[in-house]
Amino acid sequence: MRITVRLFARLRDIAGAAELRRDVGPESTIGTVWRQLVHEFPDFASYERSISSAVNADYARMDQAVNDGDEVAFLPPVSGG
Amino acid sequence: MSVPLLAIGSAPLALEPLIAAVSGPTEAAGPAPGSYGAVAAFLGLVRNHNLGRAVHYLEYEAYEPLALRAFEHIAAETAERWPGVRLALHHRVGRIVVGQASVAIAAASAHRADAFSACRYAIERVKQIAPIWKREFFEGGDVWIEGATADPGDQQARAAAERVACA
Repeated sequence: MRITVRLFARLRDIAGAAELRRDVGPESTIGTVWRQLVHEFPDFASYERSISSAVNADYARMDQAVNDGDEVAFLPPVSGG
Repeated sequence: MSVPLLAIGSAPLALEPLIAAVSGPTEAAGPAPGSYGAVAAFLGLVRNHNLGRAVHYLEYEAYEPLALRAFEHIAAETAERWPGVRLALHHRVGRIVVGQASVAIAAASAHRADAFSACRYAIERVKQIAPIWKREFFEGGDVWIEGATADPGDQQARAAAERVACA
């Protein structure tokens, strides 16, 4: 199945894109997608313990399943205000 | 002119519209007109120095649909903790130069203590959970500022924000 990945701030800089389309296997979770991206962009690894995520613009845990067509966002530590 | 209570966008911010929005007439379900006795307001500005660096400007980016949800979440938490408080919260994105506002908050309440607390709580929670990032452009370089891991379900973070708000 195919998903859209949204990246922000330094993750976007590392990947060189704000949005990626990626094919993932059946029964993938957000964590699966993340590990696939770490493989592709090794500098993502330093965010392993500080990343949070969202699916279709709603906060989600890394063990949440993803579905075909989902928008999966990875959020580095935030700094609003 | 009335503004939405919660918003994120690139337009410059001002407190007056937020103060009018929280202290003006409410929907049928809200408090009766005239029941508020206090409005506390907060404006966050871009400062010309940070960690010894001379700052030129900041660039903010956000995951806007999730940021709005985060603001709704913060407003709901505020209403739960301080019943009867009405909150307005606007955040700006894009390039913001020194002296201009990045965030504006107003909280209306029957009494001042709750207004101050709710206002402080809201800015603490924005910093903890809103999917917004700032990149600092300073003399000699630029850097993404990375603060808290955004987790609205983290009750320790929520309790910490509440402690600061009620100190």
